[in-house]
Amino acid sequence: MSPLPPARHLLRAKDLADARYAEPLGVGDMARAAGLSPAHFSREFRRTFGESPHAYLLTRRLERAASLLRNTDQSVADVCMAVGLSSVGSFTTSFSRLFGKSPTAYRAAFPAASTWARVPACVMRAYSRPQNRTFREDAPEPASIPSSMSAIDEPGGGK
Amino acid sequence: MIKIGSAQVWVHDQDVALEFYTRKLGMEVRQDVTIPELGGFRWLTVAPPGDHEVSIVLMAIPGQPVLDDATAEEIRTLMSKGFAGTVFLVTDDCQKSYEELAARGVEFTETPEDRPYGIDSGFRDPSGNSFRLTQVRDLG
Repeated sequence: MSPLPPARHLLRAKDLADARYAEPLGVGDMARAAGLSPAHFSREFRRTFGESPHAYLLTRRLERAASLLRNTDQSVADVCMAVGLSSVGSFTTSFSRLFGKSPTAYRAAFPAASTWARVPACVMRAYSRPQNRTFREDAPEPASIPSSMSAIDEPGGGK
Repeated sequence: MIKIGSAQVWVHDQDVALEFYTRKLGMEVRQDVTIPELGGFRWLTVAPPGDHEVSIVLMAIPGQPVLDDATAEEIRTLMSKGFAGTVFLVTDDCQKSYEELAARGVEFTETPEDRPYGIDSGFRDPSGNSFRLTQVRDLG
């Protein structure tokens, strides 16, 4: 029997973030889904998918939040809670950094949902997740990590 | 007239795949032929009951001399990272199909949700391949 490649277990963690971002989920839960210790997991996830699990989970939440801002009339605070984030202040800061405008300004800039093309939801999700941006381009990074990794990569890393 | 006969997905293990596609997805084996003179190459196809037009080929990732080790490893990596392709299945009742498959232990990545084009859900096979399971809205 051919062994399952290790990346398959990491994919389970990525899928968990995609499926259950609305819950108070953290990197520890993702590590458990992959069956790895948190430290080993974060390293392997980054090596496999090119970004840290924390960054993946946060950008998934922000992508979902952006979708709610475009397609619903929920308040910014409700949108924040609906994607599994608890601090509206941090949400607004992260959102503004990655989308280049505040949640309120972002909502105002988009047309109504009905004008969107009928592309499958999986395509919407995959293509509208915001790119991670760095505020610390000059910070030394381990050689194996692209220099575009951002200040939000690790919990507390951007503070 | 040209029609689609089969489309292929890479699997890390054909026996594991066969078990999943038949027992969990409820598909039927269409062809299962092993060819000794081709180094034991196994042509394995499955399809949903009643669907005799199109089948899915469950293809093992070959080694030498078909593929060099590095290329085989690249395919294995893409597959297990979930980016080797997607199969788009349709159903007349997404919620019912979801409940049946989830009860058999299928690993869903998205539960049924209402979309402009219909009710859509997603799952993975044991190798990491992505599947959509969609109840397409009649846009009349």
